[in-house]
Amino acid sequence: MELRRTPFFDHHVQAGARMVPFAGWEMPVQYAGVRDEHLQVRRSVGLFDVSHMGEVRVRGPRAEDALMWLLSNAVRRIQVGAAQYNALCNERGGTVDDVFVYRMAEDDFLVCVNASNREKDVAFLQAHNPHPGEAEIVDESDAWAQVAIQGPDAVHVVSALTDLPVADLPRHRFLEGTFAGVAGCIVARTGYTGEDGFEVFVPAHLAPPVWPAILEAGARFGIVPVGLGARDTLRLEAGNCLYGHELDEDTSPVQAGLGWIVKLGKPGGFLGSDAIERRKDTDTRRLVNLVVEGKRIPREGMDVRTPSGEVVGRTTSGTLGPSVGHGIAMAYVDHAHTEPGTELVIDVRGREAPAVVIKGPFTRHQS
Amino acid sequence: MSHIPADLKYTRSDEWVRTEGDVLVIGITDHAQDALGEIVHIELPEVGTTVSAGDTVCEVESVKAVAEIYAPADGEIVEANGDLEDAAEKVNQDPYGAWLYKLRLADGAAPGELLDAAAYAAKIAE
Repeated sequence: MELRRTPFFDHHVQAGARMVPFAGWEMPVQYAGVRDEHLQVRRSVGLFDVSHMGEVRVRGPRAEDALMWLLSNAVRRIQVGAAQYNALCNERGGTVDDVFVYRMAEDDFLVCVNASNREKDVAFLQAHNPHPGEAEIVDESDAWAQVAIQGPDAVHVVSALTDLPVADLPRHRFLEGTFAGVAGCIVARTGYTGEDGFEVFVPAHLAPPVWPAILEAGARFGIVPVGLGARDTLRLEAGNCLYGHELDEDTSPVQAGLGWIVKLGKPGGFLGSDAIERRKDTDTRRLVNLVVEGKRIPREGMDVRTPSGEVVGRTTSGTLGPSVGHGIAMAYVDHAHTEPGTELVIDVRGREAPAVVIKGPFTRHQS
Repeated sequence: MSHIPADLKYTRSDEWVRTEGDVLVIGITDHAQDALGEIVHIELPEVGTTVSAGDTVCEVESVKAVAEIYAPADGEIVEANGDLEDAAEKVNQDPYGAWLYKLRLADGAAPGELLDAAAYAAKIAE
């Protein structure tokens, strides 16, 4: 299959990025190096090409009702100009995708979906749409490019590129307007790195000059382009789930620690809510964050054991956390071993890596 | 362009080998360190371990990937480069200076296919 290229492809190649196939796209995995890019985002600001993400428009007089049924969170409570994290679940209570919902108008929503799930999500949403005549579901992914500007100095860089009052924009709110000279952009104070930052949706056909404009505006902060490698280490340190790792069609969002976006009490429930309710009593494993002691680095798919050797879980992501300075992992572990402070062992290719369950993101944890 | 010293031999799995009598000194090539990216941890072999050709004896980890280092011949690990324990990045900085381990060949053992610099350059250009 031909790989898709984002509007910024030529800029990545010129910058010497290492390009890799990802979810059907040819994407930069790193430029200067994962660790340096990661640390620059924590220290100051970095620029990500996230144009591979999908955008699905849901619009019409019953768009809100349709999304209240299709998604797990309280979509009704999203104000115009605000965004909300949601799970899209199947009838078994498994997770079809995790998505961000932007309310553009009373009857108009933009749903940002994972690149790897785009086609599946559109088909699933359309097939389960409870109000097909009054809520239109359209894949707009090809119309949008997307960049993320993340880090403590992101607000200064974004402010320099727009007249919109972005400095006063609260987290998970957005504004529409001209950004880097391109009209019709959506500038949202959202992100995936655990830092303050923005995600900007740009009309794809006008997008290419936006990339160098952001790098120029960020030059005085030492902005660097950041690849998918550091995007993954940043999100993992921040304790954010990645679809296909922590989440899949067999895993309920409650198991993944996303109970806060699962509103089981919604009137009439939502797609998968009955199954999620039932599974609360039957699912045996729950997602935990594990900090490794010593130098070994956990990776995805490793057994998690008790100190006495019983296998009680499996890792779903793992890396050396560049900011925290040691191995970190997310793992599904039997309920009895999920209390913070519980000592476990990760089997790193036959060698033992002692690990401790922690509460909250790795970036907040002091070991 | 990756650096490939003419006085070393190379494996198809991107290790370099220097022969010192019946001892082989083994590291990873410039090409390998570049492909891995920033190396953050090296799991060195235990000195005294007896290994067979093709065994995994060492692991080199970057932030995002793990490379297994194979024994090029039957023998015994006689030395591991302990300097790398706290300075794995030396392999990025100086891949041909930062050797990983030394292997004393077993009696009658010989390394499997090793490439000269030109053949290795052709291999990585494939």
